[in-house]
Amino acid sequence: MADRMADRTLTPTHPLADRRGLLATVADETAGAVRLELEAPVAAVDLRLDPRGTGPAAVAAAIGAALPSAPDTWTAHPTGAALRLGPDEWLLTSTAASAEDWEFHVDEVAAAHGGMAVDVSAQRTSLRVRGAARELLSFGCALDLRPASFPAGRCAQTLLGQSGVLLVAHDVDDLQILVRPSFAAYVADLLVDAAGELVPQPVP
Amino acid sequence: MSRVDGYGRIDRSRTVTVTVDGTAYTGHPGDTVASVLLAHDARPQNTSVKYGRPRGIGAAWTEDPVGLVQVEEPFPEPMLLAATVEATDGLVVRGVNGQGRLAEVPDTARYDRRHTHCDVLVVGAGPAGLVAARTAARAGRSVVLVDDRPTAGGTLTGTETIDGRPSLEFVADTVAELAALGVVHLQRTTAFGHYDDGFVLALERRGDCVIEMGPRTRQRVHRIRAGRVVVAAGAIERPVVVEDNDRPGVMLAASARDLLHRHGVLAGREVVVFTSDDAAYAAATDLADAGARVRVLDARERAPQAGRRRCEDRGIPVETGTLVHGTRGEDRVTAALVGALTSSERREVPCDLLLVSGGWNPAAHLASHVGGSLAYDPVIGAFRPGELPPDVAVVGAANGTFALADILREAGGPDAPVAPPEEWPEPTLVLWRTPGDPTRQFVDVARDATVADVERAVGAGMTHPEHVKRYTTIGTAHDQGKTSGIIALGILAELTGRPIQEVGTTTARPPYTPVAFAALAGRERGDLFDPVRTTALHAWHVAAGAEFEDVGQWQRARHYPQAGEDMTAAVLRECAAVRTSVGIMDASTLGKIDVRGPDAPVLLDRLYTNLMSSLKVGRVRYGVMCGNDGMVFDDGTVLRLAEDRYLVTTTTGNAAAVLDWMEEWLQTEWPDLRVRLTSVTEQWSIAAVAGPRSRDVIGTVFADVDVSNEAFGFMTWQDTSLDGVPVRLARISFSGELAFEVTVSSWYAPALWERLVEAGAPHGITPYGTETMHVLRAEKGYPIIGQDTDGTVSPHDLGMAWAVSKKKDDFVGKRSYARPENRNPLRKQLVSLLPTDGATRLPEGSQIVAHCDDGRLPPAPVPMLGHVTSSYHSAALARPFALALVKGGRERLGEVVHVPVGDELVAARIGESVLVDPEGARRDG
Repeated sequence: MADRMADRTLTPTHPLADRRGLLATVADETAGAVRLELEAPVAAVDLRLDPRGTGPAAVAAAIGAALPSAPDTWTAHPTGAALRLGPDEWLLTSTAASAEDWEFHVDEVAAAHGGMAVDVSAQRTSLRVRGAARELLSFGCALDLRPASFPAGRCAQTLLGQSGVLLVAHDVDDLQILVRPSFAAYVADLLVDAAGELVPQPVP
Repeated sequence: MSRVDGYGRIDRSRTVTVTVDGTAYTGHPGDTVASVLLAHDARPQNTSVKYGRPRGIGAAWTEDPVGLVQVEEPFPEPMLLAATVEATDGLVVRGVNGQGRLAEVPDTARYDRRHTHCDVLVVGAGPAGLVAARTAARAGRSVVLVDDRPTAGGTLTGTETIDGRPSLEFVADTVAELAALGVVHLQRTTAFGHYDDGFVLALERRGDCVIEMGPRTRQRVHRIRAGRVVVAAGAIERPVVVEDNDRPGVMLAASARDLLHRHGVLAGREVVVFTSDDAAYAAATDLADAGARVRVLDARERAPQAGRRRCEDRGIPVETGTLVHGTRGEDRVTAALVGALTSSERREVPCDLLLVSGGWNPAAHLASHVGGSLAYDPVIGAFRPGELPPDVAVVGAANGTFALADILREAGGPDAPVAPPEEWPEPTLVLWRTPGDPTRQFVDVARDATVADVERAVGAGMTHPEHVKRYTTIGTAHDQGKTSGIIALGILAELTGRPIQEVGTTTARPPYTPVAFAALAGRERGDLFDPVRTTALHAWHVAAGAEFEDVGQWQRARHYPQAGEDMTAAVLRECAAVRTSVGIMDASTLGKIDVRGPDAPVLLDRLYTNLMSSLKVGRVRYGVMCGNDGMVFDDGTVLRLAEDRYLVTTTTGNAAAVLDWMEEWLQTEWPDLRVRLTSVTEQWSIAAVAGPRSRDVIGTVFADVDVSNEAFGFMTWQDTSLDGVPVRLARISFSGELAFEVTVSSWYAPALWERLVEAGAPHGITPYGTETMHVLRAEKGYPIIGQDTDGTVSPHDLGMAWAVSKKKDDFVGKRSYARPENRNPLRKQLVSLLPTDGATRLPEGSQIVAHCDDGRLPPAPVPMLGHVTSSYHSAALARPFALALVKGGRERLGEVVHVPVGDELVAARIGESVLVDPEGARRDG
């Protein structure tokens, strides 16, 4: 039996696999005003570093781009993104490495500077909202999401409905929602529910 | 019919039918229930709350204290004002006798909320608000404009001139300009609450008016955060209190004018206008122009020149120095009781409508909500805004500026539109009431509260308006005293012989107008009421037919009933499977915290009662965490992953609280410790494989791992992998059986779970839920924090003194153990209870009383010994058993106590908390 199983590989399951169809209906329902898409899981670490020390520069050298230094901002690096979550905390993602390799790699660099990286790849899942994303989120998020206040390059940990989320601004009409997998179905349902408000209304 | 041709902003090409008190009335789109009724010379069959006196329509908008109706169709809503309910086809309402009724069926309409941010929020789309919004928008500000009426323009009737044009043209042009400038302009939207830092709540009524093309959402609460809030909410006309002023047919003067210009309705044919202010003259002349016979009685010695001239042009008699003292009539006014200011003689003047006007009260409520002060202005006889918080402005009538030309200038600054100045105004005479019988002078018509009630309050020693308000209930009705509040202050001043400035005011609080709970709830109902958290394995549990239970926000599989099984049967089967073969449970909801850094051992030593620094890498230890008071706060296992790294688990419900607790100590008390905490609760999923056959299952799936007891001992962990995916195995047991916890990245949890189930199939592997887990752990005397504890239970009380280190200098909670009370031998202690009949399952929460030979409950007060915390049927014991907290329980082992169950006293014997395998022989298989 062990031999038979050794031939197989473990297949990952997306936390919102059973909402994929529901999310896809939104684009049609809203006549293209808004689109909700699942994003493929990526490797991610929670990086903790003294921002005043030598760590940030060392990590930047290793990943090929500077870490964002302003609060609530993010930057792209060659294989992923770096999001500043707190004074000494970043979320570093990579589409190129496996989760365990990414943790090992970043941690090795950080450890030399008193920092550390912890694998949190499966701690969040990602939804992409394109089109009238800011309007859609205004039904559940208290943040000022006007493009001037929340431009591309900004990110924020906030509430969407009653769920904590990490919002990432990619463009005026392109936002990313990172959410704990256990809350993801709630958030998906909340967004699909609100998207009905973007359905074009017949003019009386 | 009192509908007047040529007036009103109603759509006369269409009709709507409204049923009021069983009678169908026709009206037009643009009507309200009040205007439909008045157009038919009818009124709702209302009676007052206390005296049962008839009530009519007293005003044309939210200030009406009397015109309440119960909506029955399309959906029951209690206590709405007829003047604010838009007439829609099929609407069914009835008058109320002081009280409405709530719907007994669920409201299927949709309500939601929306967050809006802007530079400037303008409340009110009258002339002041429109101009303020235009000024801000032209300056490039992002502007939100809200107004509670269906259309913009406020009190403008169309008879005024702005910038040389009819006022409503100016309104239309301005509205168009605002739209072009991107202003978010919401009509039918009431700003009902204003909070610190520019936060305003506004209720938008979206669906009340359009049945056939209804929007999806009936009402929406806008949560608006503005850099600056401009209150341009206008003013509310102030009545003068006279005898029997509650009688139908008494109305505010401006309301009658509003009904004419907005709805084309004449509220009366024979009209007496009683005023101490100029504005009522416009009502008199407009109503006369529309065909009413009007007489003006002005309390002042002099009438305003322009107003008097216009009246004379129309043949309207104007008497100055004249007072209305009361009304005559049965269920509606048939005459006004009139007398000269200087004389005690009274005469009756026949009329079917008595209009009263005593001046205007600025509607500055929204400024008061955020602490804006009010100052009495004797010229207008009202309180106007005084000192305002930063970034709050009040303009126009809300600021006590009543002349249109002045309003425009105040709101618009240099590029303000212009209006002709008022001609020769006459100062307002501040008049709260006319001489008469105080028991028939209604101060708050909504509450049936009279001048005599205010006198009684003063007689009882009350002088502060807040006291008088509560004693008399004045200002506490649906209208929150919009018309009565200031008059009550004036009369209180009069009765206590103080200037009104010294009397003070009551505090305006949100909501400005009533808001339905459904609107406040928004979408937070049904499935969206509270997030349902599910694990990566949820779909599997659903497919396996699990029944779920809520644990905090988590939905956990409780048991997996097979056909024909109830919960008891399913749980007994699942328990038996774990005790005899193997079961599998989803333990992913356990909180998990990665604790890392050179000082991680120090931190954990300080937070757990037991030693964690001595734990060797590769090993696992059970830990208890207590609060400052030494009482158990949480428990869980601690895995030492490396010299500087631990993985801590918490109970499901406490995951966030434990992380917060640890961060609080770390950040505020011991910032010097080099430790960092990371929540990895959802990173890792855990399958608990438990039972004598669990070793076979684990050994099959992880063929590379030596799972023998010698190589893989109890309370140790090992890392391995499956198809290249890292997996952590740990010998941890919450059932007392041989057991393994299998931890994997949540991405792979479903796939790994399937493997485990497949490998367990030859052994009949049985998925088991939380209920089974509870039974299994209770048989072993393992407490559930929060079920067997309640914040007053120490580790010692749980029989876990062994988990409290005597070696450590200090840890959170330690000092409390030296308190005498913590050493009291009569503290409640965790023990087991076995009902002596071997059959009764004691209800959890049952009280325990000392044994009584006669089997009867002793007389009250019954001496209580404790209570049952957990109670189940045990498959292993083949009988019910319970855990309980019992005073001095450890000293009572073997004693029989009684538990009242219904009318019976059930005898139960106290025993050791561990009932199954007390030697622990089963944990190694």
